[in-house]
Amino acid sequence: MTVFNEARTLIKENIRDVFNEARTLIKENIRDYGMYIALFVIMLTFSIMTDGLFMSSRNISNLLDQMGFIAVLAVGMTLVIVIRHIDLSVGFAAGFLGAIAAILLTQAGVPFYLTIPIILVLGVVAGMFNGVLVASVGIPSFVASLAGMLIFRGALLRVTEGSGTIIVKDNHFNAIGNGYIPAIAKVGGLSLLSLILGGVAILLYIYSEMSNRRNKLKYQFEVVSIPIFTLKILFVSAIIAYITWIIAGYNGFSWTVIIVMAVVVIYHFLTTKTVLGRQIYAVGSNPEAAHLSGINVKKITYIVFGSMGMLSALSGILYTARLHSATTTAGTLFELDAIAAAYVGGVSAAGGVGKVTGSIIGALVMTSLSSGMNLLGVGISYQYMIRGGVLAAAVIFDVMTRKKRG
Amino acid sequence: MSDYILEMNNISKEFTGVKALSDVSFKVKRGEIHCLVGENGAGKSTLMKVLSGVYPYGTYKGDIVYNGEVQTFGKISDSVKAGIVIIYQELALFPDLSVYENIFVGNEVKRGAFVDWNQTIVQAKEMLKKVKLNVNPETPVKNLGVGKQQLVEIAKALSKDVKLLILDEPTAALNENDSENLLELLRELKNQGITCIMISHKLKEVISIADKATVLRDGKTICTLDAAKGEISESVIIKNMVGRDIEDIYPKRTNKQFGDKILEIKDWSAYDPQAGRNVVSGVNLHVKKGEIVGIAGLMGSGRTELALSIFGNPRSYKLKGDLFVDGSPVTFKHTSDAIEAGIAYVTEDRKGDGLFLIQDIKSNITAANLQGISSRGWVNDNEEVKVANEYKQSLYVKAPSVEQIVGKLSGGNQQKVSLGKWLFVGPKLLILDEPTRGIDVGAKFEIYSIMNKLISEGLSIIMISSELGEVLGMSDRIYVMAEGKLKGELPAEEADQEKIMQFATQ
Repeated sequence: MTVFNEARTLIKENIRDVFNEARTLIKENIRDYGMYIALFVIMLTFSIMTDGLFMSSRNISNLLDQMGFIAVLAVGMTLVIVIRHIDLSVGFAAGFLGAIAAILLTQAGVPFYLTIPIILVLGVVAGMFNGVLVASVGIPSFVASLAGMLIFRGALLRVTEGSGTIIVKDNHFNAIGNGYIPAIAKVGGLSLLSLILGGVAILLYIYSEMSNRRNKLKYQFEVVSIPIFTLKILFVSAIIAYITWIIAGYNGFSWTVIIVMAVVVIYHFLTTKTVLGRQIYAVGSNPEAAHLSGINVKKITYIVFGSMGMLSALSGILYTARLHSATTTAGTLFELDAIAAAYVGGVSAAGGVGKVTGSIIGALVMTSLSSGMNLLGVGISYQYMIRGGVLAAAVIFDVMTRKKRG
Repeated sequence: MSDYILEMNNISKEFTGVKALSDVSFKVKRGEIHCLVGENGAGKSTLMKVLSGVYPYGTYKGDIVYNGEVQTFGKISDSVKAGIVIIYQELALFPDLSVYENIFVGNEVKRGAFVDWNQTIVQAKEMLKKVKLNVNPETPVKNLGVGKQQLVEIAKALSKDVKLLILDEPTAALNENDSENLLELLRELKNQGITCIMISHKLKEVISIADKATVLRDGKTICTLDAAKGEISESVIIKNMVGRDIEDIYPKRTNKQFGDKILEIKDWSAYDPQAGRNVVSGVNLHVKKGEIVGIAGLMGSGRTELALSIFGNPRSYKLKGDLFVDGSPVTFKHTSDAIEAGIAYVTEDRKGDGLFLIQDIKSNITAANLQGISSRGWVNDNEEVKVANEYKQSLYVKAPSVEQIVGKLSGGNQQKVSLGKWLFVGPKLLILDEPTRGIDVGAKFEIYSIMNKLISEGLSIIMISSELGEVLGMSDRIYVMAEGKLKGELPAEEADQEKIMQFATQ
């Protein structure tokens, strides 16, 4: 009997230890987790209010596809804001470059596989132009990109005013915005290839977490306890599995989602694991100190604006493909949606702080709000006000948590 | 009325678990100059913030008795109303506004609902006369030097009818001339009946000006020294500040050996297009291996400009002359070229252009040598933590971990992180610009010891400093600059304060 009791207290104590560790971890990283918690709460609320319709395969798939062209902009905007600049020209740059893509495909007869790289390169050139104005000429980025915004808007009108909306009939191109990866086979009504992709993602995640832990142990650094580690892996894997299951239940992963995920993964590693990424954050947190540390601030500025331009081009491609056409108003207010997503995602206007993954969550929060409110039949007037409120709340949360740490 | 204008009794103040002040008592007599000394983190600034209402009544324990009455300041404006004004180390002026606007900001001279600008200017002139500042009140403040800006701050305090003036390290950024002027002004204000509390790290000033000096250590009052009783001397203050004797502030190096010239510049000039003049002109100097070369001079004499013009020219001066590293001529297009050639520059302004304050210790230490912790562009996070921990230990950085945000460290520890960043680059020549500005005696001693250790490991050091004691105590050879030119060169044995000042004021 005593043995049993002892065992029970031991287990109890262990559970308490794990619980305490989890609590301190969450407490210390509340700023990072806050946005995930907010997203979870929003999704849960909408699910309950719509009797589960919100989390249905169809709605989630649509939501992610809708988000695509803003999400890639938000990724680029994160870096621009991190280095203390802003780019207001991205919306109409996306609209204009999307129209150029449509013209190349229809009127010039350039094949699909050439059009994409041409547009991306044009995007880089346009971004670099902003970079030169900002870094070399010394014009404030707000003004330089405001000029760019007007110019691109005019350019978009110029190329579309003759023909009006340009309809794109290239199936490959349109698939980028509307198509899904092939299912190969259906397993119980679920797309097989999507399930496989989800499985691979989980395996890669577990592998990276394990090798990370192994490396830390090799350096004899502190790591979280085994139970917490296992819990974390199980938790994240379950989320990936759940999302995969939902998406596989409709048409599987869309090309848009695959492209956005690729962009996020590449930029995530670029910003957190590479010398270039570290230099970007260094420039953002103190440009003078960065210069004295041998970092070429101008070069970093060119790179960040160049990447922003490229992602604007990608955004334009996604949007044009989604609509099957280039319209005269394409790109209107995209830049503000992207900036809002970045701020909601925890990017600091003072520079030097902000994560690519955060901005994606920010974009997801904003799109979820629109989608959920549409399902509930909330009027567009209230939708704007509520989204504005959420943006303000996110920034207030950010400021408060930072004060607490400071 | 009691003799004491201010009595702070048994003040305690806690910040989430850390006791910043415990049971501090501090009394100031009417009309005296009372210096508050102590190492960084001893609680001097916290005590003054309690006094001025930055930390409102109720957030601390103990009593503030001012003019015989217990005070309950809820905000800064309450204490200002009572005649207590603090002037912080970082001046709170608006650089683009004129002198008179700055003096009366927040305290505008009004006629009805409108500001009476003419009257403002008349009154501003009066205040300027009181602080002996002879400038046109319509000059924008940014056009004045730091010394004059300091005087504008004092004029601003006078305009608020100050009874108790508190100065937080007023001379930290001033050269010897301006410092002396400021101290003279304080003596005069004293004669006019203004009581003054001065926080200072410069013990010589404390000795020359203080009627009383209170020493704080680790949030406690250690003692109050009285000049009239001859209790104030450098050794007594230091002993009480650090709680031990310091035999010598400048640790001696043994067996000095100098090698070949590691750096040499000939006819070196730098033209600043923004200022429209030569900030450095016709300088010839060299540094040998294993040598500490001191560069003395007043502020604005071109010392920092000289260092920057050598270190990859980040301010884009137009350069003339020749630069040799290890005997071969070189040109640096960017700071990164200078770093690659083995030169490191530790800035005088660690908060402004030295450190990444919002980043942690490890990111700061590796910022100038990311190659050192990465392969093919990929950063190894674990290697970074290891490297940072090594420097944290060898430089005695006091912080819970290398994940600590640098902005929260004390000045001395920040300076060590700044030094660590440049040591990780593996330089041959270290240029230290005001390496001990604004840091306490204990940390200074540690920095000097580190310098000596680096020299014994084969580095060379150029030390730019406004503190003559430091230049004389640490250097093997001393150059003196004034107006962008080298005015003199002295071997350490022949140098003394008078000779240096003679060259510096030529």
